[in-house]
Amino acid sequence: MVRRDQVALLSGRMGLAFLSPALIFIILFLLFPFLWVVVISFTDRTLLGASAVSPEFVGLKNYLALFNPERWMRRGEFGYSLYLTLIFVASCVAGQMGLGITLSLLFFHREGVLKEVMYTLVTLAWILPEAAMAFTWSAFFDRDAGTLNTILGWFGLGPYDWLLDYPLLSIIIFNIWRGTAFSMLLMSAALGSIRPSYIETAMVAGASPWQRFRDIMFPLVRPQFLTGIVLITLWTFNVFSPFLLTQGGPAFQTEIVAIHTYRVAFRFYEFGRGSAIAVVVMLVNLLLASVYLLSQRRQGVRFR
Amino acid sequence: MSRRWLAVSMALVLTLALAGSVFAQSVTIIARAVEGGVNAHVVQWIHEHVFPAFQEKMRQQGRTVELRFIQFGGSDEALKQQYALDLSVGAGADIMAFDGFWVPEFVAAGYLKPLDEVAGSGVWNWEGWQHIPEGLRGLLGFEGRVYGLGLGTDVRKLYYRADLFEQAGIPLPWEPKTWDDVLETARYLKQRFPGSTPLQINAGTSMGEATTMQGYFMVLLGTGIHMYDFEQGKWIVEHPGILDTLKLYKQIYVDEGLGDRRMQLLAQGREQSFAGFRDGRIMILAEGDWFWRSVVAPGSEWAPPGGREAVVRWAPFPAQAAGKGYGGHDFVSISGGTGYVLNPFSKNPDLAWELLSFMFSTDMMLALQEIQPGIRIRDDVPVLGDPVMSAMAEKLLPVSTVRPMLPDYPRISVEAQLMTERVITGEMTPEEAMKAYADAVVELVGEENVIRVK
Repeated sequence: MVRRDQVALLSGRMGLAFLSPALIFIILFLLFPFLWVVVISFTDRTLLGASAVSPEFVGLKNYLALFNPERWMRRGEFGYSLYLTLIFVASCVAGQMGLGITLSLLFFHREGVLKEVMYTLVTLAWILPEAAMAFTWSAFFDRDAGTLNTILGWFGLGPYDWLLDYPLLSIIIFNIWRGTAFSMLLMSAALGSIRPSYIETAMVAGASPWQRFRDIMFPLVRPQFLTGIVLITLWTFNVFSPFLLTQGGPAFQTEIVAIHTYRVAFRFYEFGRGSAIAVVVMLVNLLLASVYLLSQRRQGVRFR
Repeated sequence: MSRRWLAVSMALVLTLALAGSVFAQSVTIIARAVEGGVNAHVVQWIHEHVFPAFQEKMRQQGRTVELRFIQFGGSDEALKQQYALDLSVGAGADIMAFDGFWVPEFVAAGYLKPLDEVAGSGVWNWEGWQHIPEGLRGLLGFEGRVYGLGLGTDVRKLYYRADLFEQAGIPLPWEPKTWDDVLETARYLKQRFPGSTPLQINAGTSMGEATTMQGYFMVLLGTGIHMYDFEQGKWIVEHPGILDTLKLYKQIYVDEGLGDRRMQLLAQGREQSFAGFRDGRIMILAEGDWFWRSVVAPGSEWAPPGGREAVVRWAPFPAQAAGKGYGGHDFVSISGGTGYVLNPFSKNPDLAWELLSFMFSTDMMLALQEIQPGIRIRDDVPVLGDPVMSAMAEKLLPVSTVRPMLPDYPRISVEAQLMTERVITGEMTPEEAMKAYADAVVELVGEENVIRVK
């Protein structure tokens, strides 16, 4: 192996000079606000009222309030919101990865109009603007005139009051629909990189489609599969767009952490408490990100 | 060197000063009002009356000014959020439409300054003050200082569908004397019109302040208490009256299904309740003046078939029992007040005040009355051509009360909304919900500022 510094084109100092514009921006717009949020989380700062002018240091009060065992699992409180997020993330990851891999397998080594149409539609769901999509979906879920209930009506089902009685399920479906494109594209690229000879050999040996998938294809795309899971988990954990559909309601039943943070900080204007939530969420994100980086590193070791 | 810099900066300042006098001074107004949408009458008033007349006045004085009206289409809560964020960085429109109960919070945060601090003590020379009763000057005030001018005030009551009442054989006018009378009528209507949810009294956080004002307060006042004890200066957090209030909610939404809790929980629920009233699914609705003036007015998307005058009637909101209401009254009401404040960070505070006081001149107020009659703050501006509005004001203003003008109120109001939400969703019993409310209020204001009555 070649040592890195031997191939470096620039001296360390020059390197730093070239990096400095980027570093300055990162410090100014990322590191500094982050530290600021940590500082605020120990105060009772609000946007309105007297504590907007003269915030006071309150120690761990904001953090303790988040985890107050007497009521943190109540609707609208932090614990409940974490619990919702857990269900939301788990369902979305399972749904998106499951659908993504199913779609890519269905169209594996197949060309044609159907595939083009399918891939275009799924990708469109991903790239269309969030706000427009949320409006479309609230029309889709509407109890009285919604598309979904009309379709179910043809089969003698419903009508269901989706956003009132199944709010969490509704935003999960919405988010899976929106996010499947990523896992589908990722998985079809991964599957496409498998040498056809492997699969042909397996077919000659008489392997069933399931055996081919389980023993040949899946092990070969596992690294991409894991990457997909970790990335989607990270994104879904921070997703805010269900707010456009339900505003976190009814009765906080869709208030996942991103929406909860927003409500506390920017609807109740409690910057101190909101920052404390943000710090906790940041820690969870760091944890998820390090899982991702670790898994990358391990894969890197294996493939070298 | 330094002298040269001084010269350069002097030149710069001079140039800017000269340039400034060439460019017209500008003033912007913002309000929750959209052409063809919510509060369209405000847009019409500003664009067709205020701006042209003010421009004309300026022209006569040989001045050129630039006037702009920002139409805000979001909710009241979103507008408040916009103001808070704008003012916290010293930005925002020069004249802002404001709800009176927001003022204390903004003042405490240093985002609003009294009129005479923003535009100078000259503001007291305005002719309008003689026509604004002492008691109403504080509509947009806090601790004796005045931050803006109130447009007027309002009252709250029950609206009902006279056509459907007649169809069901209920004698008109309908005059419920107690809560039981209201429930009785609602039960009868529900039975008479299957599938309807005849009675709607707002609850839940989704409707925001509309829940507190049109719903929670109206019921609570009927038990004889207020959210706040003005004599002791404390918040009432536990009281049999609060329990009775929550029990009534439970009866309406959970036990008997007289109301549709869906509308109280979903986003856009208030609009849905308007549509429900228009379509006759809701036949009794607790609302304020605004409902009459704007929501069911001719031409509105929620105007009921047959027209407002023919099918919409009102009745005072009764107390739990006769004489049991707040202040010993037989029925109750609560009043709010909206108006316009001056932005303390305005670049042209004098011009902004000139425009603001012009908006509140007799002529302009009369112009507004012609577009949409309401209860106005000026005693020389009567409610014109709307006998219903006049009757409501006459009957209900004497019994009406107001919210506590305190910085803590808006947050506590949200806790009250939450308390009703917890009951109508069945998440908590009335007792549990009151306990949770008490805990939350104590956390906000401290144990020393609350009253508990067993």
